[in-house]
Amino acid sequence: MNELLNDILFLPERASTFADRVDTLHYFVVGVTMVASLAVGTAALFFFFRYRRRKPAQTTEYVVPSVKTEFLFVSLPLIFFLTWFAIGYRDFVFYTTPPKDAMDVYVMGKQWMWKFSYPEGPNGVNVLHVPANRPVRLLLTSRDVIHSFFVPSFRIKMDALPGRYTQTWFEATKPGTYQILCTEYCGLSHSKMLGEVVVLSAEDWDNWVKEQRQGKLPNRQDALADLSLVPHSARMAEQGQALAANQGCFKCHTVNGEPHIGPTFLGMYGRLETMQTGQKILVDEAFITQSMMDPGAYILAGFPNVMPTYQGKLTGPQSAAIVEYIKSLRTPDIRTGASRGPVYEPLSQ
Amino acid sequence: MSPSPSSIAAEPGAVPAPDSHHEHHPSYLIDGTTVKSWLLSLDHKRIGLMYLFWVLLFFLVGGIYALVVRLELLTPGPTIIDAMTYNRAFTMHGVVMIFLFMIPAIPGVFGNFMLPLMLGAKDVAFPRLNLASLYILLTGAIIAIWGMINGGMDTGWTFYTPYSTQTTTTVAPILFGAFIIGFSSIATGINFIVTTHTMRAPGITWFKMPLFVWAMYATSCIQVLATPVLGLVLLLVVGENLFNFGIFDPSRGGDPVLFQHLFWFYSHPAVYIMVLPAFGVMSEVVSAFSRKNIFGYRAIAFSSLGIAFVGFFAWGHHMFVSGQSTFDAGVFAVLTMLVGVFTAIKVFNWVGTVYKGAVDFKTPFAYFCGFLYFTVFGGMTGVAFGTASLDVPWHDTYFVVAHFHFIMVGATIMAFMAALHYWFPKMFGKMYHEGWGLVSAALIILGFNATFIPQFLLGNMGMPRRYYEYPERFQNLNVASTAGASLLAFGFVIAAVYLTYALIYGRRASANPWRSRGYEWLTESPPPTHNFVGPQPTYDEEPHFYVEPKKAEVPDAV
Amino acid sequence: MQSNPTADAVGAPPPPKLAMHFASLEVQHHAARLGMWLFLATEILLFAGLFTLYAGYRFLFPEAWAAGSRSLDLTMGTINTIVLITSSFTAAMAVHYAKEAKNKMVVLMFVLTLAMAGAFLVIKGFEYSHKLHVGALPGFRYHYDAIQLPGAPLFFTVYWLSTGLHAFHVIVGMCVLAWITTKAAKNQFSYHNYTAVELGSMYWHLVDLVWIFLFPMLYLV
Repeated sequence: MNELLNDILFLPERASTFADRVDTLHYFVVGVTMVASLAVGTAALFFFFRYRRRKPAQTTEYVVPSVKTEFLFVSLPLIFFLTWFAIGYRDFVFYTTPPKDAMDVYVMGKQWMWKFSYPEGPNGVNVLHVPANRPVRLLLTSRDVIHSFFVPSFRIKMDALPGRYTQTWFEATKPGTYQILCTEYCGLSHSKMLGEVVVLSAEDWDNWVKEQRQGKLPNRQDALADLSLVPHSARMAEQGQALAANQGCFKCHTVNGEPHIGPTFLGMYGRLETMQTGQKILVDEAFITQSMMDPGAYILAGFPNVMPTYQGKLTGPQSAAIVEYIKSLRTPDIRTGASRGPVYEPLSQ
Repeated sequence: MSPSPSSIAAEPGAVPAPDSHHEHHPSYLIDGTTVKSWLLSLDHKRIGLMYLFWVLLFFLVGGIYALVVRLELLTPGPTIIDAMTYNRAFTMHGVVMIFLFMIPAIPGVFGNFMLPLMLGAKDVAFPRLNLASLYILLTGAIIAIWGMINGGMDTGWTFYTPYSTQTTTTVAPILFGAFIIGFSSIATGINFIVTTHTMRAPGITWFKMPLFVWAMYATSCIQVLATPVLGLVLLLVVGENLFNFGIFDPSRGGDPVLFQHLFWFYSHPAVYIMVLPAFGVMSEVVSAFSRKNIFGYRAIAFSSLGIAFVGFFAWGHHMFVSGQSTFDAGVFAVLTMLVGVFTAIKVFNWVGTVYKGAVDFKTPFAYFCGFLYFTVFGGMTGVAFGTASLDVPWHDTYFVVAHFHFIMVGATIMAFMAALHYWFPKMFGKMYHEGWGLVSAALIILGFNATFIPQFLLGNMGMPRRYYEYPERFQNLNVASTAGASLLAFGFVIAAVYLTYALIYGRRASANPWRSRGYEWLTESPPPTHNFVGPQPTYDEEPHFYVEPKKAEVPDAV
Repeated sequence: MQSNPTADAVGAPPPPKLAMHFASLEVQHHAARLGMWLFLATEILLFAGLFTLYAGYRFLFPEAWAAGSRSLDLTMGTINTIVLITSSFTAAMAVHYAKEAKNKMVVLMFVLTLAMAGAFLVIKGFEYSHKLHVGALPGFRYHYDAIQLPGAPLFFTVYWLSTGLHAFHVIVGMCVLAWITTKAAKNQFSYHNYTAVELGSMYWHLVDLVWIFLFPMLYLV
């Protein structure tokens, strides 16, 4: 029965606990709508025929509704609408209240890709692996404009807002691959901002986690991520991050805002920095490149002159990629990089 | 025949033949034939006709954008235009249709023309303000269209920050144009409210006003109260885009969701700015063509005010998935249900009006049937959205697109076309071809369904709106929708042809070809410049009173 | 209605014109006032949007708001408030005199109002130039070193937007009042015909009222 209704309404397959609830309400609402409109429509058609005009200047009786009729007109829709509301709101509360034991995944939308990170574990781009039959809480944010995370088969959707976290959750009911769509218009490639949720059975999930922990880089999800849809600059930032790790930049520079041996990368781009000489310099592409090639030329106040030159160690595209990476660390509200169990305030509820 | 003047004028042939007074009281159409006498006319009827010309032009522009969008969506990949052009096209379709067609259409054209006639007034309260509001609209339109030609905008008509403040396309002139158009809307609203309060002829009490006037009154209240907030928001986005104030920019501490609150505080009531006039028109049409007093006059009048009032407190239902608190969502959801209840009251009363009536199935009545259908289904899907949990999968998918095209566009277009046909003889003194009228009405209603029913299903499948490309599984329904859009466009072309023909060669209509007893028919058609010749008609009976003899025993209420 | 007001020395003011579409002068006057009230409602709502922004960001950044508020010049703000309230009083007096057809007094009262409006703008100008000087500017131009708190640029964005929009209304109000003053100088107002004075004065009270909200919001709390 439900399968038939699904086909009539063109609903995609149901693969989460919330989907079952929503669809039940959906059938109820569609049913009531059809019955009610059929009643109104039949009454109207009957009246059109029964009371058709018989002579041009026909006169009619003066008919007004009694209080009883008016009361019926108000109470009948009100009862149905409030019933819908009661069911709908109960489900909505269910949907906005993640269970306490939910597994957390951080989701970051950016033009035009989804990035997933697990508190201790790998990153993923455009592919989210989750276990079946286990609640998963998504903590969403955006690096640039508003995106919206939508999985039709799970019937869930939540906006990813820049500068703050929103949350949603789901419990996938059957293993499989389900499409992720972005539903908040976010620019040129909005319609290409697609991703996948891969739901794994408990056994597969454990294997996958093990593989992620131990496996070599080529097997890791980071490497598997489909980067073909990612725009050029974002791709460069990804490469820059990898390069910065390989070249050992993170031995002296942090990305979490704390000064270490060298200044932090977070929010560096675009900042007006004071040099030891007292001179103020705006950190732009040129300044970052020069600091990599000739670190001694300008030393930030409060930092030692210890950085080696990378002249000859980095090719032009490589240094550009690192610059892009540093540029991408602009917004202080947003954590990026491999997740090392990022600190967060749990959202209310 | 009853001796009461109102009933004399209400029946055809009883009005003094227009020719007998021709030299002294020419109709407003020929009273002054210079270009200046039109462009600078303070006559509400001429201003209404100028509005008609412009909104039809804007409707054409918006319609062309719509067809471009539909053609592009024929195939899953690129079809005729690139992604940037597509993004601009759907934005412009929304902006033109909403700000330049839907909002000014019925108030600007039929409100201007009919409101004073229905109130027995010689003009609106502030004729100069009325003319100014037309030119303010055109100024805003010119600025916006200049911006569209020089770059266009790709934000969608909702202008969500921070995208709208970051995009490189031409946001500023278009939003500034919309800001100026807002003043036109405010001016019209103030004018109609004051007219309703002060210009009613002796005998027309508040509860004898035609329901179209009630609807216009409620609409005007919304226009006056909501538009300034939109104006401010648009200005802020323009400023943000040009000067980087940071007021909605999250990297400077700004809150993009605050923009959504302010935006929907206007734009949700704006939906009722578009649809309440349609309700008003239909209350007139259903009475006139079933020759019945309206069933539940007060219920319809008060539900208009109720929608206007509750509409101000339901804006949060656009933001169920934007991180709003669950409690807020519940409050907004319940208030949304109330709007549904008010609309349902109207629907029941319209159907009730036909009961024991005398239905004449003319073109306006055909549009009434379409209207009833779109209102029921558009309204019910709206209430379904209001359940909050169903909004989660539907939000920002094609289901939303189909829903608001049904209730907001479908109902309004039906009313606009019904009003155009019902009042065509009143405005021009000519008659159109009834057969073609019914054919095009059928085509338009069918085409509308064929366009948007597939979109409901697409929404159920999960196709998000504003998609340039889409996964292949969505293609069949998209093709169906585009085919429906072509049918719809064809219906409009037929209507344009026979109406233009009727305008030029149509046979002369009598003063009251529908034998309607609406107040606006108590004068000649087309009316003379100051609306009434000789003594003003008296308004003994309520509008659409079809009982004979006049003081018949009023039967028990049903 | 029939009372014969004291005619001014210059001669009896002309009777008002009745537009053809109004039933009577009272109706016409009523319509004009009703229209003005509605217009004032839209103005209030225009500012209401800014007040919402103020409230929203004050809630998000209480420290920056407190610091920003303290940094404003309370003395200048208070003087401006007094100046504006007094100007509202003179505007109200102008209506009183217009009813009595004392057009010279109307002119005097409006000139006083205009002078105070000018003084308001001059004082506001001093405040603005100080802000410009220290760099308390909206958005990314903000470089005021004394307050470096998150949200401080937003406080000054809201400050500049709301006071700027208000100053714009002051200027518009001045133009309207100046125009009515020229009409009063031509001895046009009397008990039957003081609508223009009344409406102009109402608009001025609105300008004043908005400031009475802005002043405590920005300077005091």
